[in-house]
Amino acid sequence: MRCNIAQVPASLVPDRPTRAPDVVVVGAGIVGAACAFAAARAGLSVVVVDRGAIAGGTSGAGEGNLLVSDKLPGPELDLALLSARLWRDDLAPRLGPRLEYDAKGGLVVAATSEAAAALCETIAAQRAAGVAVTHVAAADLPTLEPHLAPDLAGGARYPADAQVQPIAATALLLREARTLGTRVLTGTRVTGLLRAGDRVTGVRTPSGDLPAGAVVNAAGPWSGEVAALAGLDLPVCPRRGFVLVTAPLPRMVRHKVYTAAYVGDVASDEAALQSSAVVEETPAGTLLIGASRERVGFDRASAVPVLRRLAAQAVGLFPVLAAVPVLRTYLGFRPCSPDHLPLLGPDPRAPGLLHATAHEGAGIGLAPATGALVAQVLTGEKPALDLHPFRPERFAA
Amino acid sequence: MTESFSFDGTVVTFRSGQTIGAALLASGTRSWRTTRRKGRLRGLFCGIGVCFDCLLTVDGVPDQRACLVEARDGMQVRTQQGVGRAGLAI
Repeated sequence: MRCNIAQVPASLVPDRPTRAPDVVVVGAGIVGAACAFAAARAGLSVVVVDRGAIAGGTSGAGEGNLLVSDKLPGPELDLALLSARLWRDDLAPRLGPRLEYDAKGGLVVAATSEAAAALCETIAAQRAAGVAVTHVAAADLPTLEPHLAPDLAGGARYPADAQVQPIAATALLLREARTLGTRVLTGTRVTGLLRAGDRVTGVRTPSGDLPAGAVVNAAGPWSGEVAALAGLDLPVCPRRGFVLVTAPLPRMVRHKVYTAAYVGDVASDEAALQSSAVVEETPAGTLLIGASRERVGFDRASAVPVLRRLAAQAVGLFPVLAAVPVLRTYLGFRPCSPDHLPLLGPDPRAPGLLHATAHEGAGIGLAPATGALVAQVLTGEKPALDLHPFRPERFAA
Repeated sequence: MTESFSFDGTVVTFRSGQTIGAALLASGTRSWRTTRRKGRLRGLFCGIGVCFDCLLTVDGVPDQRACLVEARDGMQVRTQQGVGRAGLAI
């Protein structure tokens, strides 16, 4: 293989030393991209490293959900509300049409009267926490979504729920960061952390050491491995999910539609398979159908029973889908913490190291606020949200 | 005995075991679908069931892959213009 010297990052060429960057971000997924962009915008010099490609992990294996609807009052909802605002007012106008930002709104439906009653309670609690939500009577569901199954018990509409194309979102954020001087090194594995006592002072890669003022661990489901390089235990485990992609269809599903059971699945600690239908349209015309959750490590083997169950649940929601073929399926691994909250902020066990991970299935949605908070920590500003609930050392014995 | 199917009203003969796509190609037809947005012509691309470019309507069922569906005598095959299920539009 020919080696092209132009592809070797300048800072890794020994005879051309450059000033060490203020921050190295490990991970070129949506969270790493948002951290890099926010840090660069705050005036910091940034290098992003990823062993794979941009959005090559979890970010490229989801649906691009920006949801406030599936979150109960608490720190994650606060993060989601701030992020939803940043997506809408800051990033969507800045990143342009290729982001495929669609403020379509969410529609949560209840299959039974018990589920509808529980949904009413959820709505009341969310409304008190600042979520815009309206109750939808069963009789009004067909007006909002004509193809919905006729026997549903009720629903709730969340105008703040939106969607982006997650791979485009990641790439566009990194492009913006690059215009601010950020360098992005893909295909570069972090093999170690540089230390000065307890302090983390950069990363080690096969192409050389990369000293930095701070290191942000945004490696998603693999962030436990990065933390282990500092001798730290960061309990982030993968939670597998499948997505089905249908044949392209005409415009037939307006909202992001899902069953109320999904909220329970997200919050559950169950290792065995859970699934509930989440259906949304994409600008390409395909429908994306999720969402399954299982703890099976990083097993990439396809699981036909899971796919079958997702398909059946989607048909339960939209009976016309029974005749629509599935073009393909994909799977990904959500980075999951024991209490389902992100691990976000500086790690007091290793000064200089910050974590921005464990957003589970909500990383696309939560990325902008995460990036903003990380940048505020890096520049010594007061964070816009209290980071205490997210403190990364909270599980340490 | 020669077997044949109807393709938008014209008769296409095929050898037993051929797919619809192979029979159409052998009959000199290279495209049988138009894209949803720009109306561009599409026919066989990957030929092995992966790309979903060669979609057509078989006996009234849209989105069938010409490269995978075996031709049968008397089939009614139609080109697919845009989405195969325009009737679902809301």
